[in-house]
Amino acid sequence: MKGDIKMADMKEIYGRLNEVFQDVFDDDSIVVRPETTAKDIDDWDSLEHIRLIAAVEREFGMRFKMGEVSTMKNVGEMAGIVAARMTR
Amino acid sequence: MRELEYPFDSELIQASRRKLKKTLLSDGRERIAKKIAVLGGSTTHDIIAAMELFLLDQGILPEFYESEYAQFYQDAMFGNPELDGFGPDIIFIHTSFRNINVGLPQMSDTKERVDELIDSQFRYFEAVWDKLREKFNCPIIQNNFEMPFYRFLGNMDASDYRGRINFVTRLNQKFYDYAQSHKDFYINDINYLSASYGLEKWSDPFYWYMYKYCLCVSAIPEFAFNVSNIIKSIFGKNKKALVLDLDNTLWSGVVGDDGVQGIDVGQETSVGQGFYEFQSYLKSFKQLGILLNVASKNDHENAIAGLNHPSGVLRPDDFTIIKANWDAKSENIKKIAAELSLLPESLVFVDDNPAEREIVRAYVPGVAVPEVSKVEEYIRNIDRGGYFEMTTFSADDASRVEMYRQNIMRAQLEESFTDYNEYLLSLEMHADIKDFEPIYLPRITQLTNKSNQFNLTTKRFTESEMEATLADPDCVRLYGRLVDKFGDNGIVSVVIGRQKGDVLHMELWLMSCRVLKRDMEQAMLDELVRISKERGIAEIRGYYYPTAKNKMVEKLYETFGFALVSSDEQGNTVWSLKTEGYEPQNKVIKVN
Repeated sequence: MKGDIKMADMKEIYGRLNEVFQDVFDDDSIVVRPETTAKDIDDWDSLEHIRLIAAVEREFGMRFKMGEVSTMKNVGEMAGIVAARMTR
Repeated sequence: MRELEYPFDSELIQASRRKLKKTLLSDGRERIAKKIAVLGGSTTHDIIAAMELFLLDQGILPEFYESEYAQFYQDAMFGNPELDGFGPDIIFIHTSFRNINVGLPQMSDTKERVDELIDSQFRYFEAVWDKLREKFNCPIIQNNFEMPFYRFLGNMDASDYRGRINFVTRLNQKFYDYAQSHKDFYINDINYLSASYGLEKWSDPFYWYMYKYCLCVSAIPEFAFNVSNIIKSIFGKNKKALVLDLDNTLWSGVVGDDGVQGIDVGQETSVGQGFYEFQSYLKSFKQLGILLNVASKNDHENAIAGLNHPSGVLRPDDFTIIKANWDAKSENIKKIAAELSLLPESLVFVDDNPAEREIVRAYVPGVAVPEVSKVEEYIRNIDRGGYFEMTTFSADDASRVEMYRQNIMRAQLEESFTDYNEYLLSLEMHADIKDFEPIYLPRITQLTNKSNQFNLTTKRFTESEMEATLADPDCVRLYGRLVDKFGDNGIVSVVIGRQKGDVLHMELWLMSCRVLKRDMEQAMLDELVRISKERGIAEIRGYYYPTAKNKMVEKLYETFGFALVSSDEQGNTVWSLKTEGYEPQNKVIKVN
């Protein structure tokens, strides 16, 4: 189904991603966009990244591959992987 | 906090760690501050973050030292100014199968060669422990090893001396031998934990390759909970007693409606077997000194009848307090705590009824209330809750249940007398009040170092200082042991004086609060005066040094009939008693 993701689905994914980010960083003011990177969010360091990845995996019932975890450049790439692999 | 009680949602804990921490830190609860050094053989960051939550929930405010990545050996063996300056109260060494570094057995190895490998791997760790003990003299918690996640030799990996499962099993055994022979050394049993969690998931190598975690990230809360249980137990935060519901908790059915014949426990049915095993599990807690109590909405006679069910395991006299009535359980639990002289936070309440659990959580804050809804979950949820995590086991623990039972009987007897003196006489007390004997020195020293309230000078003695006192001809020493018709209270009082000329200076006078208001202190004084006279002592000088806890004995020497000699601004007082013309004061205890 790759490449067949409707805009409405992406909107829902960003909504759910946003909640995960707010929980992990305990900051209700966070709004993630495709271009958001670790530099944009306080406390998003390599250690918090592990927790974030685990929380995203849990939310969408999917797993990132080893290479992806360290090479995703921004939230947009993360959302793309999620969209392709999500099971819930 | 519900989110942190077993069975918990590990992912939720990790996802909302910050929020949980904030909530815990703002709950206004008093906590004891402890410094915890975590020396890792792999990544420890999220482990520490999760330990912090559980410890906060268990009444401990932790401050952490975290070694640099995998530097546990270097920190221990070569020192580290930051660690030295930190001064840990406890050290946790987080190592795993990934830290086995002397090499694993090869198929060409002889049995002797593998023995050597095990020995040398053990010595590598032993050197770390010995060094840390010598330097910091504090408790050490050490992981054992989880089983390797693949079996090179298949099933033979367990039985063949060259198998790695075999190797790890033998190495673990050496760790246990060390734990058995060294004080203040505790094993964090990750072998059990990983098996219980599922070794395959636990050891998912993704997390090792990615983050250098030796276990999967989602297992971290369970892991952290397991370690924090050991820590809270060491620092005295264990629970002490169980309060149990009866109907559908200890047996299936409602004894008041169904009658004794109608309730189910025993070997006849599958449900009955579940309750039978649960009763057996509870009964075994008595060996650990954990008190069993009942809070049940039932008529008392029905409760007793249910507990006498011929196929049950528990009997009415296995319980310290049975509250079977129609009052709110929260009130009964408060009364049980008061009668046992325990805080509600020392209790675990077990009830199959979720409404009762909610009421108790709301009205008796601090009581642990595990989730138990199906009998096949009861044991697991209580066991994994870690409420009674054992880190030491003393003779006092073994006899605690009996001691509480005797105290309850004494209290009941006291209620039946209007005249207190009559009550004391009815206890048929007799005491041994004698010079120290070598076999009692450990108990005398233990009592001396833990008595705070009935303690005039609060002087502490190491065991070797106590031995020196025993050998000193100028010292007058007395221990007091009190027995009554309900049982032996053991050694409950210690008195030490130092003779200079014809004056005896009291260096120590203390008594266990277990025997307050029994006239034991008068019996000790009588004996002290008698021996003093034999030694030609004309005057006994008593000293009272106030502390935050010993106000109860501020006036002790005055009530004994001593005259005040001097006092200072800090409240220190000196007292004097002439031995000539002294009249014995104890009239209720037979001595020697």
